[in-house]
Amino acid sequence: MMSSRTSEKIAFLFLFLATLLIVVPVGLIIVIIIQKGWPAISWEFVSDIPRQGMRAGGIFPAIVGTIYIVLGSIIFALPIGLLAAIYLSEYAKNNYLNRMIKLAIVNLAGVPSVVYGLFGLAIFVIFFKFGASILSGSLTLAIMILPIIITTSREALESVPYSFREVSYSIGASKWQTIRHIVLPNAIPGILTGTILGLGRAAGETAPILFTVAAFYLPQLPKSLFDQAMALPYHLYVISTQVPNVDEKVRYGTALVLLFLVLFMNLVAIIIRYQFRKKKKW
Amino acid sequence: MVKFSIKNLNAWFNSTQVLDSINLEIITHEILGIIGPSNSGKTTFLRMCNRLNELESFFRMTGEVELDGENSNQIDSQLLRKRVGMVFALPLPLPLSIFDNVAYGARIHGETNRKKLADIVELALTEAYLWEEVKDRLNSSAFKLSGGQQQRLCIARTLAVKPEVILFDEPCSGLDPISTAKVEDAMLKLKKNYTLVLVTNNVKQAARVADRTAFFLSGKLIELDKTEKIFTAPSHQKTDDYIRGKFG
Repeated sequence: MMSSRTSEKIAFLFLFLATLLIVVPVGLIIVIIIQKGWPAISWEFVSDIPRQGMRAGGIFPAIVGTIYIVLGSIIFALPIGLLAAIYLSEYAKNNYLNRMIKLAIVNLAGVPSVVYGLFGLAIFVIFFKFGASILSGSLTLAIMILPIIITTSREALESVPYSFREVSYSIGASKWQTIRHIVLPNAIPGILTGTILGLGRAAGETAPILFTVAAFYLPQLPKSLFDQAMALPYHLYVISTQVPNVDEKVRYGTALVLLFLVLFMNLVAIIIRYQFRKKKKW
Repeated sequence: MVKFSIKNLNAWFNSTQVLDSINLEIITHEILGIIGPSNSGKTTFLRMCNRLNELESFFRMTGEVELDGENSNQIDSQLLRKRVGMVFALPLPLPLSIFDNVAYGARIHGETNRKKLADIVELALTEAYLWEEVKDRLNSSAFKLSGGQQQRLCIARTLAVKPEVILFDEPCSGLDPISTAKVEDAMLKLKKNYTLVLVTNNVKQAARVADRTAFFLSGKLIELDKTEKIFTAPSHQKTDDYIRGKFG
């Protein structure tokens, strides 16, 4: 018979080791990328166009392309996702059809990203004739991140206590007034969390932009929504596998910039969320 | 004058009947106390008066609830709830500042003038005996107030839309005796201008503030009479047993 103190120690050990096991790879990824990529980072690297078949010069067009595509996808996905989440959590009756819709949205989050890429190619590039363009890529990524935004927004809306709504109704407020003044303001931090998750996912994906927007080599900035653009994840894939003799530090430098860009965008969203949380009165 | 006239009212949630053939009248400027054990239908009855029950699915009713002689189901529900305010069992401030809590109803019903809103808020807080305690911190969160202050804030919030009737659903169940006394004080003064319905688990509270008292049991109205009569010489044995604490 083990004493309770011994079993306590063993349980603690396993729980701690499991946590350590998660931290180590994350730490290693960051360390290795910084170690190998840092020497490549220079003003020229982040502000110049690629030269000598992407073996020299910078990655500026890929940075700009990624920012355009990610912002574009958020602009499409956030309003639609939020409105759908409001409908599903506040207005939709709890019947068979609506349960199926909710289930479908959750499952949509699990669809492999390359499938979204093919879908975007068929619908936006070919059917709507947007061509391979920032518009097509943004729309494709928007569809990919919609389930994330809808699911987290719904959870945020549903976590606002029912009693607040009941009080609002009891004063004579309509359903929309209640949502607009009571439910939404209190759900914004949660909605922003969903947006942050979607943002990071959109910035890092390669497959959905592969057929819909990403240019192999385009040493200039996009001029309109209908232009192709370079993007960091795809650029990284290209210089890692398609172009021979690319310096290792250029590859890791690109990865580092991508990592930093996602981190920076998340930081902005987190700061906005913090501002809203500070205003929360309960 | 009769404010509310309830005729042969039955109500169900799913297949469970919670109100059974209720007939009663609520008189203008009275405090009607409603007592009875848990699950006797008191709260459901109260929520019939502002049609809050219909927000729940699986709710069904027959019979009539008339406000000033007009069937309440014919009145627009938002307008009805403006005329018939409610104070809930737990203090439930909205997650807003003190000022915005009280101004909420007026804003919802279309008042945008800052000066007028400030007047409405001051008047309502004064009527709820809270103004002196909060006038210097109207912009701080309503959640920083004590429980008793929060409940008086909820009363002020209800008063701010100028209702005709105020429904109290066990308004002191979460409060200490001193806060309870303040809320009861407020109620006694409010009846000059409003009609009050007070559901309470505290039999003594009904004895202290109600003009007439109704005793509910298992969804039925057992007895309704002047409060003194109910508490000194009730006509029903069950009322007598409940008041003496023989069951409940």
